[in-house]
Amino acid sequence: MTNHWIDIRNSDCILIMGSNAAENHPISFKWVTEAMKRGAKLISVDPRFTRSSSKADIYASLRSGTDIAFLGGMIKYILQNNKYFKEYVANYTNACFIVADSYDFHDGLFSGYDPATHKYDKSKWAFVKNEKGIPKKDPTLQHPRCVFQLLKKHYSRYDLETVSSITGTPKEDLLKVYEAYSATGQKGKAGTIMYAMGWTQHTVGVQNIRTMAIIQLLLGNIGVAGGGVNALRGESNVQGSTDHCILFHILPGYLKTPKASQSTLAPYNKKYTPKTNDPLSANWWGNYPKYSVSLLKSFWGDRATPANDFGYSWLPKLDDGKTYTWLDLFDAMYRGEFTGFFAWGQNPAASGANSNKTRKALTRLDWMVNVNIFPNETGWFWKGPGMNPKEIKTEVFFLPCAVSVEKEGSITNSGRWMQWRYKAAEPPGDARADGDIMIDLFKKIRWFYKKDIKQGKKAVFPEPILNLKWGYTTRGRYDPHKVAKEINGYFQKDVTVKGKHFKKGDLVPSFAYLQADGSTSSGNWLYCNSYTNKGNMAARRKREKSGIGLNLEWAWCWPVNRRILYNRASVDMYGNPWDKEHPVIKWDPTAKGGKGGWVGDVPDGGWPPMLKPDGTLNPKTKYPFIMKPEGHGRIFGPGRADGPFPEHYEPLECPVEKNLLSSQLVNPVIPKYSTDMDIYRTCDPRYPIVATTYRVSEHWQTGVMTRWQPWLLEAQPQLFVEMSQELAQMKGIKNGEKVIVESARGQLKAVALVTRRFRPFKVQGNVIHQVGLPWHYGWVYPKDGGDSANLLTPSTGDPNTRIPETKAFMVNIRKI
Amino acid sequence: MKLTRRQFIKITGASAAGVMALGLGIDLKPIRSHAQTLKIRYAKETTSICCYCAVGCGVIVHTGKAGAGKVINIEGDPDHPINEGALCAKGAALSQLVNNENRVTTPLYRAPYSTRWQKVSWDWALWQIALRVKKSRDASFTARNAKGQVVNRTNGIAHVGSAALDNEECWLIQAMMRALGLVYIEHQARI
Repeated sequence: MTNHWIDIRNSDCILIMGSNAAENHPISFKWVTEAMKRGAKLISVDPRFTRSSSKADIYASLRSGTDIAFLGGMIKYILQNNKYFKEYVANYTNACFIVADSYDFHDGLFSGYDPATHKYDKSKWAFVKNEKGIPKKDPTLQHPRCVFQLLKKHYSRYDLETVSSITGTPKEDLLKVYEAYSATGQKGKAGTIMYAMGWTQHTVGVQNIRTMAIIQLLLGNIGVAGGGVNALRGESNVQGSTDHCILFHILPGYLKTPKASQSTLAPYNKKYTPKTNDPLSANWWGNYPKYSVSLLKSFWGDRATPANDFGYSWLPKLDDGKTYTWLDLFDAMYRGEFTGFFAWGQNPAASGANSNKTRKALTRLDWMVNVNIFPNETGWFWKGPGMNPKEIKTEVFFLPCAVSVEKEGSITNSGRWMQWRYKAAEPPGDARADGDIMIDLFKKIRWFYKKDIKQGKKAVFPEPILNLKWGYTTRGRYDPHKVAKEINGYFQKDVTVKGKHFKKGDLVPSFAYLQADGSTSSGNWLYCNSYTNKGNMAARRKREKSGIGLNLEWAWCWPVNRRILYNRASVDMYGNPWDKEHPVIKWDPTAKGGKGGWVGDVPDGGWPPMLKPDGTLNPKTKYPFIMKPEGHGRIFGPGRADGPFPEHYEPLECPVEKNLLSSQLVNPVIPKYSTDMDIYRTCDPRYPIVATTYRVSEHWQTGVMTRWQPWLLEAQPQLFVEMSQELAQMKGIKNGEKVIVESARGQLKAVALVTRRFRPFKVQGNVIHQVGLPWHYGWVYPKDGGDSANLLTPSTGDPNTRIPETKAFMVNIRKI
Repeated sequence: MKLTRRQFIKITGASAAGVMALGLGIDLKPIRSHAQTLKIRYAKETTSICCYCAVGCGVIVHTGKAGAGKVINIEGDPDHPINEGALCAKGAALSQLVNNENRVTTPLYRAPYSTRWQKVSWDWALWQIALRVKKSRDASFTARNAKGQVVNRTNGIAHVGSAALDNEECWLIQAMMRALGLVYIEHQARI
């Protein structure tokens, strides 16, 4: 989230689309309700009439996988009816940038497409630069090649008729949503979006979010209270686990995983340190080497020196151009590439797309380690349906771990708040905290390498294993405080930075003090400032008494306790808030002894406002979007794999033969896999019904942490498939009957739940039905509770992230 | 008066509909609050954050007086600015996650082609895992790729998880896996 949960109350219009906050993030809805009490409008857009919809002022249905068409129509409406926030758009976004002639768009394809490799040459989507190397701008937004005019042209095709025919949303509902939401383009008004996996789990997932980000920039809703682009994240610490980058492509703090072509630290740092010639651009990633070197110092401690490139060579390197995502991982496992596998606090046999492939892949391992609280479909896979244990070689180690209240540490919520948890009880029996398991296991692995060396054997590349800093224990037990301090970072020697003196061993007060010469360490620059000489900031518990709900002294928030990102866009060019009732920051010329300073939230940098009181440019200022080298919010986004503007494409499995907007039916750069278990069927009469997955309030994810609780299981005991009365009648299915749901990849038994919450869609003149299934169930427990809905979902995904397309695929249903 | 939980739901559901007299005919409220006071009167309070979705609701965990005892109650933290004491169905069932007879409390091992688990000690399990990690790593370690570029990676082991870990554990696990040379490192955030 750019903003945070409590801030939702400051909104004037809340769009819940691609999520179902009332059921899946129930307590967040408290703040939606608070906003509504103030007069805010709530809009719910969902294929199904959810509990969020039931509280909404406006509900619009849409067919799964057509969000870009829906929102593209909103962009057209905003531009056509002059609903955009002109001052904001002209000054803070790249709408005024001139785009090179090499950029073009024709019939669903952007320029630079190579049909042989299914990839784009993104250099075609560049900005025109002046003699100083700064992007050329037209503040009047009239230049035919400026982003604003290209945007207008791109979405001119998204008229109501076409959009309605694609999405199945009645035209009057489209208009109601467009009108209500675009009203937040007025100065002082804020609109917010609450989205979740309903937007990410698509072959156009990133562009779904990009479309909304464009709308938010057009309406001046980024940086302001009650605005932002807000992902409702699904696990208690998925924000933290992403920040610390348990992901193939990034290192802690969103630094890049090194590639094979970057043989030493210098070319690596050079590649990822963006440059700008514009003195008004903060270009924050220009600090990249300070963060990467500080991370290497945290990994290897004193063993990382300038002479050995700070141990850069000890980090594994990826092959250039190859991806190692979840889908790639299980594809490689299925093809027998791994002997060993860790499933630590996760249940991939039920959670990933095309679970039958995942389950089969597990049989091709030599060994697997499964760390969890309860029996689950992954650790127990060899006993599962269709498996014969006597033919499965995989050795399985199951390690029982503590639950959250049996250990100490921090987690980061969706609003980026890092909150400390204390240990309340001991784990039962021999169960152990995960941290203790990690510490002990790595020590034992290290022992084997030390033994090799002692015995004079040639140890295989032992340096990273021997040199990894691993002293995170107190009296032999894992100590989360020691790791939290490592993540924050230490000074490695006595130094003076920015006029302040620090001693070796001092905790670094914030990332502004990190250095690229090895004099500082920081396990994650974004968390630098979270555990300082002042103490453990995540453990703070002082509530805000008045104000806009920032709660600056409750816990801690990255970066540097800033509660609303890009907050320098919440003020006008003189530093006065657009919304005087909900000021995020404000320039106070009398602060700091008359030098002037910001009051309110921690600003996105302390630079003064864009203009001086006399209306001339302040040369000391910086543009508000500090993470982009151009300093402007990106309406034109040249960095994505599938184009600088979002374009509607159908899901890989879809019910239509034609895309009404172009002759490209699906995203042209879609990833596909090619084993015998990767089957995709589109417009196949055997699978005529659109399906999606979702969650219920009483269960969580694959259900491993909810299916075993008697109260929760009693409330939601088994898998169901929800369908409209019309579809049920057509299929002769009655509410409560057992049915079979099948896709090209698998089948499930489920109870039919016949409701009015799904209604048939009118798409391209035809009636299209959609059904939905929760994905919380698994064969291990309860008996006859059903299995994972992911047995049906396809192993394809977004071309940027490869998040699987589990929200739109094709199935059939029949009575048993 | 003894009630099963299902009867209780039925009755309180009925009372919400304004036909309380048809249920118990008495007001349950004083009895319930008295019972709760008793339950936690001598308990130790520890603050925590709910482990389900990422709203980050505060909870109070009540344990036996010494603090080393069993968890006897978990409820919403009224001082927490996000949830102000409220919890959803999952958060309200947190104590059943902790006190649950189905939790596995000892390491288990399943041998190749075996039809059953066997209980093992931590020491044995971790030494055996360490041995296999070393064997797989050493056998699959690749110093240079097909193009001859230095890659120093372990191709034969993959790792997933977890968004259910604390921040400090997340940092540790990625450091450990990267030190072992793994490149296939993924978790919930990707799906």
